[in-house]
Amino acid sequence: MENIISRHRNLTVLAVVLFAQILGLAVQVKQGTDRGTSRLIRIWAVSAITPFAKGVVHSSAWFADTWHNYVYLRTVRVQNEKLRDEIGRMRLEQVRLAQDASQARRLQTLLGFKEQFISQTMAAQVISTTGSEFSRGVYIDKGSRDGIKPDMPVITSDGIVGKVLRVYPTSSLVLEINDPSSGAGVILEKSRLQGILKGSPSGGTFVANIMADESIERGERILSSGGDRVYPKGLPVGTVARISPAGTFLNVEVKPAAQLNRLEEVLVITKIVEKSPEVTDQNGPVRATDILAQRLPSVPPPKPTAPAATPQAGKPAVATPPAKPNGEPAAKPVPPPETGEQTAVEKKKPVATAAEKNASKSVPDAAKPENPAKDTPR
Amino acid sequence: MAAPTFSRERFEVYRFAVPVAVGVPLAALLLQSFLPLHLPVVAIFDLPLLVTIYFGVGRRNPISGLLTGCVIGLIQDSLTHQPIGLYGIAKTVVGYGASSLGVKIDVDNPGSRLLMTFGFYLLHQLIYFAVARGLAGEPLYWRWGHQALAGVANALLGLVLYKLLDRLRQGT
Repeated sequence: MENIISRHRNLTVLAVVLFAQILGLAVQVKQGTDRGTSRLIRIWAVSAITPFAKGVVHSSAWFADTWHNYVYLRTVRVQNEKLRDEIGRMRLEQVRLAQDASQARRLQTLLGFKEQFISQTMAAQVISTTGSEFSRGVYIDKGSRDGIKPDMPVITSDGIVGKVLRVYPTSSLVLEINDPSSGAGVILEKSRLQGILKGSPSGGTFVANIMADESIERGERILSSGGDRVYPKGLPVGTVARISPAGTFLNVEVKPAAQLNRLEEVLVITKIVEKSPEVTDQNGPVRATDILAQRLPSVPPPKPTAPAATPQAGKPAVATPPAKPNGEPAAKPVPPPETGEQTAVEKKKPVATAAEKNASKSVPDAAKPENPAKDTPR
Repeated sequence: MAAPTFSRERFEVYRFAVPVAVGVPLAALLLQSFLPLHLPVVAIFDLPLLVTIYFGVGRRNPISGLLTGCVIGLIQDSLTHQPIGLYGIAKTVVGYGASSLGVKIDVDNPGSRLLMTFGFYLLHQLIYFAVARGLAGEPLYWRWGHQALAGVANALLGLVLYKLLDRLRQGT
């Protein structure tokens, strides 16, 4: 026996090493999680590799920052002007969205919904990848010492990236949404279909479990549904890139919103608060159209006695608000507006009160809660 | 006609200084995990595999080759989220194969290096797939086109890398 072993020494060593690894692999597969030696090996390996990766990433970021912030400022002025214009447009849009959001909050309060709010995030730098085609993940420079825990969602400003899978003292492994073993609850924005976002072995993403008879449009936005208890509801996930039938289900390929192959900085959501929505604006929302309707001269109500406001040349118009469709008397005349958006903010309170009255009237009686105190907007 | 016989003594056995033997695999692992951040296409390369082949062939000692492959593979496994041992097993076999091949044929000329790297890349991927699917139940599927292309790319990179590493070896 000894003679055989010594004669085939190389093969014997190969068999022993392979057997040991297969045994270790079987134990890990059986246990399902990292324990004992395998956990220790990972800590050693990650501790050996990540400091170098951190050093390289941070020093290159420093050089890039210096270059872009102090040297290369060629198009900054043009960009500034474009951004100012965009801010102006977005402010107008914000007024409209605030109205819609406030209305949604009121309705959600009535229905007793609970919302998830991102209350705390932590910025982290991506320092390296897993280095494998078969494992889609990245390492970030924050770990358990910074308060990172497993299963925390990781996002960018574009959309979700993945979740924290393993946490080490100074770094963490983030499993990306395009890994075959990942999954996220999603909802299609327009069709309101729910499904599970999964990664494919080739690095793509697709939504599983959508029946073939459902209608989905290419380019439709996909948001997180919150059903997986990891990602907060409503975060952008991606858009529908391709739809093809696959038996009784649809094969819905998704283009992720976040650029998963070019990640530099990410946000780790460290705290999610779940609470009932509150209507914080006591005076109610203001629609941009309402403000404009009050500023501009309008057609007088069909009462013969009502005075019509006619703007005179050289004098600002005293706008009379249009009559309400339900026959409610018009609100008080608004004094002539000054220029700029400041006026819109100043006029917000009286207008909003009238709008709030209308809004509360529009709620059907069946939807009203039993407790009348809850119906009062806070 | 009798087949030509090759002996180990016909080819030079190379040794590597400890800093090279430790530093080169570590550098390969670091680059493998760092470069795809900025150049996603680099993920097609397997630098730790190329280093395993190079050290195995250069040392021409099967036990040394398989142990080198085993250690490099296990560290590579540790950086992924998959069970430890998938890369370890594949690289152990490749390390053993490369050093056994180095004993028998001359692998210093570019042509044989190209073919050898291509062949070992495919062998590595086949073993990885077999173990990952069969033992660990990982959802992978084999794509011939992709694997062949990756094999060619790795073989070409191997030519350049081996030329650089040749400067660090010491003949005995």
